[in-house]
Amino acid sequence: MSAGSSRVALFSRGQVFLLGGLALVPLLDFVLPSVQLSAQMRTVIVFAILGLGLNIVVGWTGLLNLGIGAFMAIGAYAFGIATCEIYPFQIGFWPGILLAGAVGALAGFLLGAPTLRLRGDYLAIVTLGFGEIVQDALKNLEPITKGTQGINPLPTPWLPLPELFGTVSNETPVRWFYLYLAILAVVVYLARNLEFSRLGRQLFAVREDELAARCMAIEPDKAKLKAFAMGAALAAMAGAMFASLLSSTGEPANYDFQVSILALCIVIVGGIGSITGVLVGAIVMVGLSNVVLPNLTQALQRNGIGSTGSVFSSPDNYKYLIFGLALVLMMRYRPDGIIHSRKAVRK
Amino acid sequence: MTDTEVFLQQVIYGLSNGMIIALVALGYTMVYGIVELINFAHGDVFTLGGFLALTIVGGLGAAAVLDMNTLGETSNWMLLFGLVVGAGLFCGGLNVAIDKVVYKPLRRAPKLTQLVAAIGVSFILVNIALFWGGVPMDALGGGNAAAAPKDFPEILEGTNLLGEESNVVLRLEDVAIFAITVPLMIGLTLFVKKTRLGRGMRATAQNPIAAKLMGIDTDRVISATFLIGGFLGGAASVMWSVYNNTISFQMGFRAGMDAFTAAVLGGIGSMPGAMLGGILIGLIRAMSDQYIETQWTNVVVFGVLILILVFRPSGLLGLKQREKV
Repeated sequence: MSAGSSRVALFSRGQVFLLGGLALVPLLDFVLPSVQLSAQMRTVIVFAILGLGLNIVVGWTGLLNLGIGAFMAIGAYAFGIATCEIYPFQIGFWPGILLAGAVGALAGFLLGAPTLRLRGDYLAIVTLGFGEIVQDALKNLEPITKGTQGINPLPTPWLPLPELFGTVSNETPVRWFYLYLAILAVVVYLARNLEFSRLGRQLFAVREDELAARCMAIEPDKAKLKAFAMGAALAAMAGAMFASLLSSTGEPANYDFQVSILALCIVIVGGIGSITGVLVGAIVMVGLSNVVLPNLTQALQRNGIGSTGSVFSSPDNYKYLIFGLALVLMMRYRPDGIIHSRKAVRK
Repeated sequence: MTDTEVFLQQVIYGLSNGMIIALVALGYTMVYGIVELINFAHGDVFTLGGFLALTIVGGLGAAAVLDMNTLGETSNWMLLFGLVVGAGLFCGGLNVAIDKVVYKPLRRAPKLTQLVAAIGVSFILVNIALFWGGVPMDALGGGNAAAAPKDFPEILEGTNLLGEESNVVLRLEDVAIFAITVPLMIGLTLFVKKTRLGRGMRATAQNPIAAKLMGIDTDRVISATFLIGGFLGGAASVMWSVYNNTISFQMGFRAGMDAFTAAVLGGIGSMPGAMLGGILIGLIRAMSDQYIETQWTNVVVFGVLILILVFRPSGLLGLKQREKV
């Protein structure tokens, strides 16, 4: 088969469609000026990058990671310590993002090296435990992490040639949105390259059958470790971008188990193992939980419907139910999702 | 307080909490032994048991419970016993229903698929508990602030059984925990060892296909396992609520992780292991609270969990895992 040698298009048609669709979002600001959709959609983009990281681990390598939120936290705090004015480093946005990715990869390597040989469900629990440990440690190491206050203020992204491109801040959410969208496009391009690379195919082989992969002279442990570290690096970069958005690392609870499950929903709902699927999943799940539900809640409250204080009348309170149903229904009706997704292997 | 007294006090706390954790851990370990599923939703079934207990107490009138004069001590014991049975049956039934609706269709699916479905169920139950906390009822805070922790009334008298002068406190609640958990554990052990259904359970855990060939109705065995596991979780939730005097819609996550760690520590699939693991985790928590720092206790417990999984995945009393290729 010469599939590997033939040139792969820059993006698939679905990816072009989705990225292009996202690029049109700022137009909606003219229609709904009160909502400022492009400002809110920046979060969706951050979570899409998080999902792409998790997809390498869960979708392509078949390892269930329930602690991806911890790597996001590690990235956010690494970015915070490296860039905040209260620390002596202050290396700025772009070096900060790269540093966060490197620290994330290192953390992924350190956690993965001793644990990746564990059986699937045990590994899942270990990653879950790691997520909780990181969260508690960040909360307790107050002298460094500022506890629940978070490290702030954090820098916004900057562009080269400010006379030409201007500056990025909360006053220019559209510019910020396009910058993050561009980063997402780069990540999608890199992920797509990985998918069709030698390493990508090794990961699929390990997912499908470790023994057979070994017979093909693939070292499963090494392949898994690479996947784990790459996933952690992307998650950490997403964490740094998230912290820059908030201008603070926020409290450690921002990166709790719920975030890890949200990332899992993103990967599973859109169609596991597929980059396009992750983009769809991020738009649907994060769009729902971080954009639609809070806006709906606010709108209802403005009109006096949700103001009775009842837990049922606030759409925001249905979040867990939506996450849970999404997972159960996907597993029920696409039960082979996690391990036997052949879709990703198809070209 | 002398050092010895401080230590003794922590032993009492640790044992009481440990017995509760052990009950929940039994639910994890039995289900894992039979269907090899980490029943992630078990902790949240536990939460709902606590909410049911509080609702019943609230329905009876919280004031009546607190007023020892009108009810007398015997009736409080009766109430506690009733709550344990009621919440136990509710959680057992709920567990069986979840198995029938969600897990059973996935029985032959890969383990990770089942685990993700179980996490999904867990989130659905968390949301149900959140809604339950918003039911307009006095005991639940009148329907305001659904997410806030709810006070659970004092059911047993809080006097110190070791005398008012003693620095070490042993309350009626500590005794009640042992009075309820120990017979449950003995009963469970006898049930599994002596009865026909218990023998079926052990056979199914060893080899489901061979058990089926020997004429054991494995579906019935699985249902019974979920029922018993849920019952123990429900009973534990009542004891937990009475002991800690507060419940919240997210309490099952922490309790569930403690119990799962206990099950793994003892050797998952092993019932004596779950009991031993529960007591050990309770003691580790109490000692960490006292001698390290309360805020690091969860880190200690999760650290124990990871270290065991990495270095001794079969736990203290577990058999070597048979890994099917």
